[in-house]
Amino acid sequence: MMILDCLRMAGTALVRQRLRTGLSLLGVAIGVMSVIVLTSLGEGARRYVTGQFASLGTNLLVVIPGKNETTGGLPGMGGAPEDLTLQDAEAIVRRIPGANAVAPMSMATDLVSYGERGRQVPVIGTTSDFMIARHLRMAEGSFLPDVDNDRGAPIAVVGKKLAKELFRGERPVGKVVRVGDWRIRVIGVMDSRGVSVGLDMDDCVLVPVATGMRMFNRSSLFRILVDVKVRADQDETKNQVIRLLADRHQEEDVTVLTQDAVVSSFSSILNVLTMALAGIGGISLAVAGVGIMNVMLVSVSERTFEVGLMKAVGAKEHQILGVFLLEASLLSSLGGGIGLGLGLLSVEILGKVFPKFPAASPLWAIGLSIGVSVTVGVVFGLIPAHRASRLDPVVALARSK
Amino acid sequence: MILLDHLCRDYLVGGQTLRALADVSETIEAGEHVAIMGPSGSGKSTLLNLLGCLDRPTNGRYVLDGQEVSGLSTHELSMVRRHKIGFVFQSYHLISRLTATGNVELPMVFAGIPRSERLKRVAETLDWVGLSARAHHRPDQLSGGERQRVAIARSISMKPRLLLADEPTGNLDSAAGAQILEILETMNRDGLTVITVTHDPGVGQRAQRVLVLADGEVVRRVPGREIVEAYADFNREQQASAGSSS
Ligand SMILES: Nc1ncnc2c1ncn2[C@@H]1O[C@H](COP(=O)(O)OP(=O)(O)OP(=O)(O)O)[C@@H](O)[C@H]1O
Ligand SMILES: [Mg+2]
Repeated sequence: MMILDCLRMAGTALVRQRLRTGLSLLGVAIGVMSVIVLTSLGEGARRYVTGQFASLGTNLLVVIPGKNETTGGLPGMGGAPEDLTLQDAEAIVRRIPGANAVAPMSMATDLVSYGERGRQVPVIGTTSDFMIARHLRMAEGSFLPDVDNDRGAPIAVVGKKLAKELFRGERPVGKVVRVGDWRIRVIGVMDSRGVSVGLDMDDCVLVPVATGMRMFNRSSLFRILVDVKVRADQDETKNQVIRLLADRHQEEDVTVLTQDAVVSSFSSILNVLTMALAGIGGISLAVAGVGIMNVMLVSVSERTFEVGLMKAVGAKEHQILGVFLLEASLLSSLGGGIGLGLGLLSVEILGKVFPKFPAASPLWAIGLSIGVSVTVGVVFGLIPAHRASRLDPVVALARSK
Repeated sequence: MILLDHLCRDYLVGGQTLRALADVSETIEAGEHVAIMGPSGSGKSTLLNLLGCLDRPTNGRYVLDGQEVSGLSTHELSMVRRHKIGFVFQSYHLISRLTATGNVELPMVFAGIPRSERLKRVAETLDWVGLSARAHHRPDQLSGGERQRVAIARSISMKPRLLLADEPTGNLDSAAGAQILEILETMNRDGLTVITVTHDPGVGQRAQRVLVLADGEVVRRVPGREIVEAYADFNREQQASAGSSS
């Protein structure tokens, strides 16, 4: 018996039961469609987030005190601190020709207030290079001036959201705010930038690095940002920075993250999310499989006489098994095809409606959902097909239509 | 062709053994036309199912064409059915979604015969039963007699040696029935062994030999031409014994 004959038999049977066939197709189609749409949402989220990182500038090196063995892990936890100094940052400026901008950072959270209004926000001590390294723009006023790092003037640049909250309608530039015990004059407001890498630039205060270190009473830096001139030199520059600081400290006690490493660690986290969503879609595919099993069981019991006849004319058990299995997998793969079409269409429409959100179903999800939908037919068709193949021909024939 | 040796078939019904066929020993030669008659429940279909290798005897031997078939596996039995036996049923047993061609083709599909060869043979057999013009009709577009002729075409598509017919004219009027019997007889003359189960002495009459069953046993063996009187006698006896026992 040839596959084509098998297909013809299965096909006529399915066409005969249009409504039932249609409903099981629908079940599988919804399953596959939900896998496609859900994974494309997950993938969209991944692309959106990595896109956000990229907009920071992927030429960024982040120098963190302490040796962190796990590459790509998020910094700041554990390790021996107190070793990154302003002098280190200055050395990088002097000795690393590939560095475009070098921004030392010290950071603490403190109460920032103006008149009655005030709130705990991150306060960052840094330099004028910070603006380059983090691709910032000003809404009004000016950024921190390019002066010697040890000049700690009582001036500040504030995020847009914070400015709006503190000053309501008033013009922020020129006003004096309290940061902890300090009185500081606002010289500029940053343009809206949004959350990036866990720091809301709209909701923070920037002060000169020397001011910050005195305010927080610290002698070491939180980290140093290095913007690399040429992206291709990133790894080279990273190694130079490590060597330079190892020289200065007599041991290798800093970690340098490239933006790429951070992006890829976020990306892999979001990949897991996408897979979880695929799993959720997979559940509906499994439900569709149970539906197919149900339909096939009904179909077998309705066609008992047909099975008896097939046996009488010399069909072997495995041939009958094959006919019914093929019928089930035809149902599921056809449904899978429809679901794939509908899923891709929905993703397309989603892209049109929300052009900012880069939804796109990953190839593996497409392949997987097709594979799974075919398998679903075989697996859930197995019990009904087996039941059909084992029918006693005499009993089956006695059940005349 | 067929040797039955103390053939028995028991059914287990509600924990009790019901003897549907008791100790049938019989020989049927190749090319014979044999009819099986008997009252309802006497075991005719049971015997035919055994002869057709659809069922296995509880006891006894069945030798078909020199091959002992009573001990064959399910798989082997289906091969015997495929190559040696054709079936014709009272209610045709055509698959309603397939055309006449599709139905006649079916045994050859399972036998793995290539499609071109199949279609050739389908055309031949349908032509032979006089249904060339109905090749693409579905069963519900055919009359009863035409359906049975499609079923006959199907039964001989694999060129079997033995044809088993369970009440082939049971659902037909006399004209259509006569046509079917005509076809069976022609095939028999061409060398096919035909065994027909029937209630109708008029059908039994056309066979060379009639086996009369009662309570699972062969109680009479009558030449076809004598069956009309013999069956009338048999029926009277049956009624008399039923009357005396009650
Ligand atoms: N699958 C079965 N299970 C139990 N008993 C059965 C089964 N098939 C048949 N029988 C019994 O075996 C006996 C013979 O049945 P069979 O069908 O051979 O009769 P028959 O001669 O063909 O009758 P009819 O003329 O009504 O078709 C009957 O008593 C019937 O009830
Ligand atoms: Mg019967």
